[in-house]
Amino acid sequence: MAELTLIPNLDDADGFYARLLAAHDGLEKSDSDALNARLVFVLANHIGDADVLDQAIKLATLRDA
Amino acid sequence: MNKIFEVPAYAYERSPDQDSVNTVRHKVIVIGAGPIGLATAIDLAQQGVEVVVLDDNDKVSFGSRAICFSQRTLDIADRLGAVRPMVDKGVQWDKGKIYFHNRQIYEFDLQPDTGYAHPAFINLQQYYFEMALVERVRELQANGAPIEIRGRNKVEAIGTHDSHVTLEVVTPEGPYNIEAEWLIACDGASSPTRRMLGLDFEGQVFEDNFLIADVVMEADFPSERLFWFDPPFNRGQSALMQKQPDNVWRIDLQLGWDIDREREKRPENVIPRLKAMLGDDVDFELEWVSIYTFQCRRMERFRQGRVLFAGDSAHQVSPFGALGANSGMQDADNLCWKLKLVIEGKAPELLLDSYSLERAQAADENITKSSQSTSFITPKSEMSRLLRDAVLDLSARHQFARPLVNSGRLSTPCTYHRSSLNSADALNGPEFTRPGSACPDAPLGDEFLLPKLAGKFTLLTIDADAPDRIEEDGVEATRLALSVKDDVTLDLKRRYLGDATSAVYLIRPDQHVAARRDTYEENAFRQAIRRATGKE
Repeated sequence: MAELTLIPNLDDADGFYARLLAAHDGLEKSDSDALNARLVFVLANHIGDADVLDQAIKLATLRDA
Repeated sequence: MNKIFEVPAYAYERSPDQDSVNTVRHKVIVIGAGPIGLATAIDLAQQGVEVVVLDDNDKVSFGSRAICFSQRTLDIADRLGAVRPMVDKGVQWDKGKIYFHNRQIYEFDLQPDTGYAHPAFINLQQYYFEMALVERVRELQANGAPIEIRGRNKVEAIGTHDSHVTLEVVTPEGPYNIEAEWLIACDGASSPTRRMLGLDFEGQVFEDNFLIADVVMEADFPSERLFWFDPPFNRGQSALMQKQPDNVWRIDLQLGWDIDREREKRPENVIPRLKAMLGDDVDFELEWVSIYTFQCRRMERFRQGRVLFAGDSAHQVSPFGALGANSGMQDADNLCWKLKLVIEGKAPELLLDSYSLERAQAADENITKSSQSTSFITPKSEMSRLLRDAVLDLSARHQFARPLVNSGRLSTPCTYHRSSLNSADALNGPEFTRPGSACPDAPLGDEFLLPKLAGKFTLLTIDADAPDRIEEDGVEATRLALSVKDDVTLDLKRRYLGDATSAVYLIRPDQHVAARRDTYEENAFRQAIRRATGKE
């Protein structure tokens, strides 16, 4: 089973964070929410692997096990 | 002119059973002359099993109802000798278009892979589908087959016994009793048989209403499946439009839960809705209007002693994806050969439990599909709508998001991969012909493969030796010898060999794979026949 990457893996963490915020600049809450939702699907498609995605969903809930 | 569904197709006639001093016992009685009841009766009668169909009505279905029939259904109808009028009359389609708000976001092809006798889907009003089956019943009767349909014969009470079932039947000329060794209930989602026997039917209710309208109009819309998410003419809801024969268009409009159903059904309320969708300048006539809600549920077991349930009486799904009638046809397909072997004493009654297990697996798959489609079409929370809309917005620009769009997953035949009738896969062959699979068709010169596999056990050999026939404990399998040398299109090789150079398949009478190996080994195939008939 493929493993979800849990070690720091971003090339430029601060830069990514800044660009994510910038993408939301000036958006209404509803448009921002929609952007985040689209981003989830874009990234999920890039990953593809169902096991990794399952681990990611579980991890994002912040609940143990 | 009267419509086809306004004229009795099997008018009441007095049966000698009504005047018999002793109660007459039939081999099989089928309750319900809908698509599944008729298909079941034809399948049995074709194999020489005596069958009587009882229906409380005397006409084919009123209104279009089930309108989309899959390739597997057409393959089954072919085996039943009824496919020609269906395909001749039906509208073939292979393109769908998806709309979101006021624009088309993409269109898709139903992957028109070639090398099949029948199209992927046809649209045909249920009344034409039933009429083709009724005509086939008449043809069988003319040839002396043991089949009968009794119109306006309503079953009022059922008694179950170890060796038979007793029925009290009410007719326009009063009641009578008959018996059957086996009873098959094809009496629909609200099955009176199920109720009379006090059997469960648990599941999830979906709180929604859909208006369905059959509209007659001269319109130059193409024969495609058009689906709208949240269109301007039906805000916050969905809509579906499909072409049927005779310039009849089927329109499904989602209405939501809190509505006055009687009020919404009135033409003065339906017509403005349709005008908003079709445009003010389109002339149309309303042929049929109905409002439905649905549930996703199934019986725990489709067999209760000598009573078997098939079609909607056993399982019910949402209408998205044409999963209902198409899965019911596969129930009939699965059940009839088993029942025949049991009646002839060539297989144990246990074989009938495999009917329940295999078709319950299919029902579960359809219920899952159906629930998933419903969640996408009808988001139940703010977040589920946000995610759904995100998928639709992405799909307009990017192909990658389109598999996430769910406007109904169209019916596909179930692979009984867990069935105890299968033998272990012993061929390095294609995944979709592994044991449990419904055989895909393939061209054989001017003919096709599936009609040659119909109604009996077959040893399909591809570049392999085997005896012309083997018999194991009363069950016979006959050989069909093929070679890839004759396979110009390579469809046979692609679908049945894959990387293997030879193959022997044991195929059940319902055209599902029971076993496969690269070469013939007598013991293995004898054992496979025993397994496939519930003896191992």
